[in-house]
Amino acid sequence: MRLALFATCLVDGLFPDVGKATVTVLRRLGHQVKFPAGQSCCGQLHVNTGYPRDALPLVRNHVQSFESFDAVVVPSGSCTAAIRHQHADLAEQAGDTALAERAAAVAAKTYELSEFLVDVLGVTDVGAHYPHRVTYHPTCHSLRLLRVGDRPYRLLRQVRELELIELPDAEQCCGFGGTFAVKNADVSSAMLADKLSAIEHTGAECCAAGDASCLMHIGGGLARLHTGTRTVHLAEILASTG
Amino acid sequence: MSFPGMPALPAGQGNIHAGRPFPQAARAELANSQQRQNLTRATGTIRAKRAGVVAELPDWQQLRAAGAAIKDDVLAGLDTYLVQLEEQVSARGGTVHWARDAAEANRIVTGLVQATGAEEVVKVKSMATQEIGLNEALAAAGITAVETDLAELIVQLGHDTPSHILVPAIHRNRSEIRDIFLAEMAGVDPELTDEPAALAEAARRYLRAKFLTAQVAISGANFAVAETGTLAVVESEGNGRMCLTLPRTLITVMGIEKLVPRWRDLEVFLQLLPRSSTGERMNPYTSMWSGAVEGQDFHLVLLDNGRTATLADPRGRSALRCIRCSACLNVCPVYERTGGHAYGSVYPGPIGAVLSPQLSGMAPENNTLPFASSLCGACFDACPVAIDIPSMLVHLRARVTEQRGRTAESVALHALSSTMSSPRRWRWALRLASWARPLARARRLPGPLSGWLQSRDLPVPPRQSFRDWWSQQ
Repeated sequence: MRLALFATCLVDGLFPDVGKATVTVLRRLGHQVKFPAGQSCCGQLHVNTGYPRDALPLVRNHVQSFESFDAVVVPSGSCTAAIRHQHADLAEQAGDTALAERAAAVAAKTYELSEFLVDVLGVTDVGAHYPHRVTYHPTCHSLRLLRVGDRPYRLLRQVRELELIELPDAEQCCGFGGTFAVKNADVSSAMLADKLSAIEHTGAECCAAGDASCLMHIGGGLARLHTGTRTVHLAEILASTG
Repeated sequence: MSFPGMPALPAGQGNIHAGRPFPQAARAELANSQQRQNLTRATGTIRAKRAGVVAELPDWQQLRAAGAAIKDDVLAGLDTYLVQLEEQVSARGGTVHWARDAAEANRIVTGLVQATGAEEVVKVKSMATQEIGLNEALAAAGITAVETDLAELIVQLGHDTPSHILVPAIHRNRSEIRDIFLAEMAGVDPELTDEPAALAEAARRYLRAKFLTAQVAISGANFAVAETGTLAVVESEGNGRMCLTLPRTLITVMGIEKLVPRWRDLEVFLQLLPRSSTGERMNPYTSMWSGAVEGQDFHLVLLDNGRTATLADPRGRSALRCIRCSACLNVCPVYERTGGHAYGSVYPGPIGAVLSPQLSGMAPENNTLPFASSLCGACFDACPVAIDIPSMLVHLRARVTEQRGRTAESVALHALSSTMSSPRRWRWALRLASWARPLARARRLPGPLSGWLQSRDLPVPPRQSFRDWWSQQ
């Protein structure tokens, strides 16, 4: 299987450890993974802020970068959802049906990390060791756009010495929402406050999730309040061997 | 959307506009601690009830699909179904009026009331009449409109505006309601307590006198059946039925999208609506009537007010499937914190954020509403007629940015797009970001980052991007 990593712009630029961890997990499971250098961003930021025309070159770039692979792994539910639900439609809207077909083909072989491990590789035990108390925030797009369901939990339950603590009101949005976090900073902060209080209520050492974007927001809030609670990406837990 | 020579579709008017930009309005509402507590409690209770009664139906997803399909059929055939409805209502002794917009609807209703000589009318809870500002229009003509739905009465007596589609006084708790009754309700017992039963009893006494003397009633409609000319009102208290049956004249104001083609279609919606709105298996009172009952004058006012214009947008029109259940409000994390007033329009929450801009013809006052969402998707999951509100919000955001033209934001995002679509430029941009490491310690920054910093630290950019690390491997 010719396997590619779509790191996402956020992981590439701000959270490279998440990308490295994803590579570590895939290699440990015996897979070669390529990083197509042409890749950049899924364009969701542009689409969801109201600039679909500016997203189109990014869709084209994404399709060109990944169409020659058999499978694409993404350490983000939100970017996977954008590829799956927005790319072909954007091309269609712009009247480029050829691109729409190619985008749909790429989307069909694109998987969020937990989907890829559980559904494609059929693995829940990736040989990880993480001796910490962890609570998991399921993130809206993984939950409601991808329907990843319990896949991340199944992976986490197999991690040696990891204590998984249930997060109250886990399915509530953390308030990030891309540019929503700055355009409606007050409401976003009010939503964040409730998420932080739920996380603190668990007594966990760290809050995990499958999206670096939500974690940037939650982690920024935890740090601002000097809570001492960390954020960690699902990939980083799965890559850890203690 | 439109083509050369096509007449411009009239925009809706009335109470469908945000008073001020959503972020500003929301900021003020967020500070209302009593309202925050009332809302958290109320939406939490309704959410749990709804989840319970939805989960017990094995065919819920099929019901949703059926609801969506029936409504899409109505929207595609509105021209014939509306004429069919008019024929059926007229054949059964009712009179049908067509209103292009709020002003025309208000003129028609005011004229009808004036013709009866009545100076007071009783009202069934109705979103359409809230939308067109009918009470204010009647007041200007010297006619008093008395709201008879308990929550709507609380809002009216409190000189307040509704903050929820179904539970308009959701922002009030019982001690606030007691205070409103003591101050505003004529003849109320001065010893009134805030026990729910006592409050309901006070309202009952007050309203009973109104029901027995009213000559004219005004209602909205939840559904209208084209093939039989039947109108349906779904309610919980029975006060609606009092209005529909006691007065000599009944005037119903209904949005043109409230149609269903056939009688049997009600079977789908009478399951979807109560479970989604109040979390009940069946609502207590469902009143249906076809044309005029003997001894009663019946008038039906069909209201467009921006609906045809909404229908013209293929990516926005499914907002007209809405059956006003408010399930999307109850699950929305934004609504739960800001309440309905922040949206300005009588249609708050996720559905309001897609409906108000469209009904108003994308009025500039409403251009912050499509952005009032984190796109978490809870509304789409809850919607009984499967309106993909998040995708529609995204579509409307594009319409707003197109309308705004060139702004600092559009220039920045365009530049970002050209940087990101060139691997060479993108690699350099990422290297520049690592030089910005000291900025991450800032507590105050200009522009959009100032909003981020109010509650969050910035992430510290790494010394090396992922791609630079990869190249070194």
